[in-house]
Amino acid sequence: MKNGHGVPRPVGGPIMTPVMKLCLALAGITTLLLIYRFLVGLGPVTNMTDGHPWGLWIAFDVVTGTALACGGYAVALLIYVFNKGKYHPLIRSAILTSALGYTLGAIGVIIDLGRPWWTWKLPIFFWTWNLDSVQLEVALCIMLYTAVLWIEMAPVFMERWEQEDDKPRLQEFSRKWTPILMKAMPWLIALGIVLPTMHQSSLGSMILLAGPKLHPLWLTPWLPFFFLVSCIAMGYGMVVLETMWSRTVYSRYRETSVLSALSRAMVVVLLTWVGVRLFDVIASGKSAYLFNLDRFSILFWLEVLLFLAPAIILMLKPTRTDRDRGRLFMASGMMVTAGMLHRFTAYWFAYNPGDHWNLYFPSMFEIFVTVGLIAAEVAAFMYIIKKFPILTGRPSAALPT
Amino acid sequence: MNISRRGALKVAAFGAATAAGARKAEAREKKTAPPDATGMLYDATLCIGCKACVAACRDANDLELEKSSTLYDDPVDLSANTCNIIKLYDGGGDGEAQVSFVKQQCMHCIDPACAAACMMGSFQKRQNGIVTWKPERCIGCRYCQVACPFNIPKFEWDSPIPAMVKCQMCLAKAGTTEEGQLNEVGQPACTEVCPREAVIYGPYEELKAEALRRIAENPDRYEDHVYGLEEVGGTQVLYLTSKGVPFSKLGLPELGPEPVPALPVGLQHTIYKGFIAPIAVYGIVAGLVWRTRRKSDAAGEEVGA
Repeated sequence: MKNGHGVPRPVGGPIMTPVMKLCLALAGITTLLLIYRFLVGLGPVTNMTDGHPWGLWIAFDVVTGTALACGGYAVALLIYVFNKGKYHPLIRSAILTSALGYTLGAIGVIIDLGRPWWTWKLPIFFWTWNLDSVQLEVALCIMLYTAVLWIEMAPVFMERWEQEDDKPRLQEFSRKWTPILMKAMPWLIALGIVLPTMHQSSLGSMILLAGPKLHPLWLTPWLPFFFLVSCIAMGYGMVVLETMWSRTVYSRYRETSVLSALSRAMVVVLLTWVGVRLFDVIASGKSAYLFNLDRFSILFWLEVLLFLAPAIILMLKPTRTDRDRGRLFMASGMMVTAGMLHRFTAYWFAYNPGDHWNLYFPSMFEIFVTVGLIAAEVAAFMYIIKKFPILTGRPSAALPT
Repeated sequence: MNISRRGALKVAAFGAATAAGARKAEAREKKTAPPDATGMLYDATLCIGCKACVAACRDANDLELEKSSTLYDDPVDLSANTCNIIKLYDGGGDGEAQVSFVKQQCMHCIDPACAAACMMGSFQKRQNGIVTWKPERCIGCRYCQVACPFNIPKFEWDSPIPAMVKCQMCLAKAGTTEEGQLNEVGQPACTEVCPREAVIYGPYEELKAEALRRIAENPDRYEDHVYGLEEVGGTQVLYLTSKGVPFSKLGLPELGPEPVPALPVGLQHTIYKGFIAPIAVYGIVAGLVWRTRRKSDAAGEEVGA
């Protein structure tokens, strides 16, 4: 950091790359599809039924998408709670990904809601709040956290706007608000740590209300704990994947030591998850379900394996060669997959409304809308890192290696 | 390794809080039916499957006919157009006891999962303990459908302005008389028209006594089990079934006495009791952030967002 790697700079370069055009095209088609969805209702375009009232848009866009967007949370935890300032070069891109991911989740909810026009009442009509509803807490927390993430990002945008001499209003606004925001920042950052702790665990409590419809292996009071711990693993995993991606695509030089030091924390997180998961199943007398050889026992063991394997990979002795980076990449990919599988299983595969209901599989329409939302997120990310100071590190070509 | 150990401790601390919540959750106060609770008692041994109740329900609640095949109005399951249905269980044997009808509609749980799910209280236990839905505060999230152990609330999938539909014992439709009874004739449409009184409406406590009396008087006629007395903490709709035809054959799921909301709601209220834990955690984290930033300011490093 002392030699300037830690200073974030806009990536620059042309905006309208082929990838950008593809993303915009997908997002554009999705917009048209969504107009149709709001004209005809959910039935004609999705495969959801009264038996499976939640489909891909909840299981992926909201429950999994927000956990994939926990990079900002995971890195903020490290920097502030565990006092590891060396992770700071990662924070801006992590928070940006979080802000975009949570925004995608929020849009996903609105698309999925049957009667979204009353949503505005939710944060305002506090006298109607049903404090028994776990979903109420999740909804309010996600709304607030999405706002907090964008406010946390605001100084980054204003840093650039301050230099825009041809837009005096924007410049004045930025100069006026930056110091105020910087003063409020510690309180916002603390909020940015508490809110995900609350709603990521509550996403686990939320599906427990399915009660007898949820397979016993997932119907456990520890589910909020598993959701919380796995969202941290998914957040770290995503930060690593994203850092490696921007390193490759935008030829950024990065200190790999920052990433590999992260992996020590991940080993603990992963082993804790596996340990508690197995202990809980045995202690609550559900071990018989583990050896049924039905799809549930297979899903359980797959989960455990996917959480365990990256821990083992990360514990291997470093070779101090490129192989270390390959291992880190593989482990991160596995962590992300593990958390995704755990969430998909709790909200989808392990949910059985009764044998007379067909299994749910998303329609092409549902899949396309999700793909379109992700494309919009990628497009926004590419635009912002090119225009605003997000990524640290110089192009590797400019540095002696 | 310093990070790891402290990280583990903090994660474990939150886990301990969660687990403590889980233990206490079981102690959540058991709910009882309100004093003015009314309900229905369905006796499968009396039902002849005439489906007068299905037609009456449709009339009373302005529900459209189901056009699933060429027959006139032949719903195969509850739906957004069918709040009440008569189904046939055919065991395939020769004996009469192997065949039974069953009526399905909302069970009006004493501790309803749909009401626990509902964020702004669209679903609530209202007058007479009857669970009703009000449109003004429903955003169509369908958490009620996920929660209901009987799969009762139905969503208007084919409408751009969908409602949640289920049996409200004709309460919302008919309103009540001054005596707190349902409508002019004092009962829901289905019990009103039933020619054999296979389904009857009345005060919950009286129905419970009546169900037990019927079993006691005719132990050979009935299974020795009133469905809804214990299931998910009790339901205000009770069922009797013929000897030899267990309730599971009639599509009534085997459920324990624990109300469905007990685990998640108990867990939530323990972790968030008085909102103390989140505020305390916020205070600690804010202190840690402040410490980190003061230190990095002193070191001349930029630590912004």
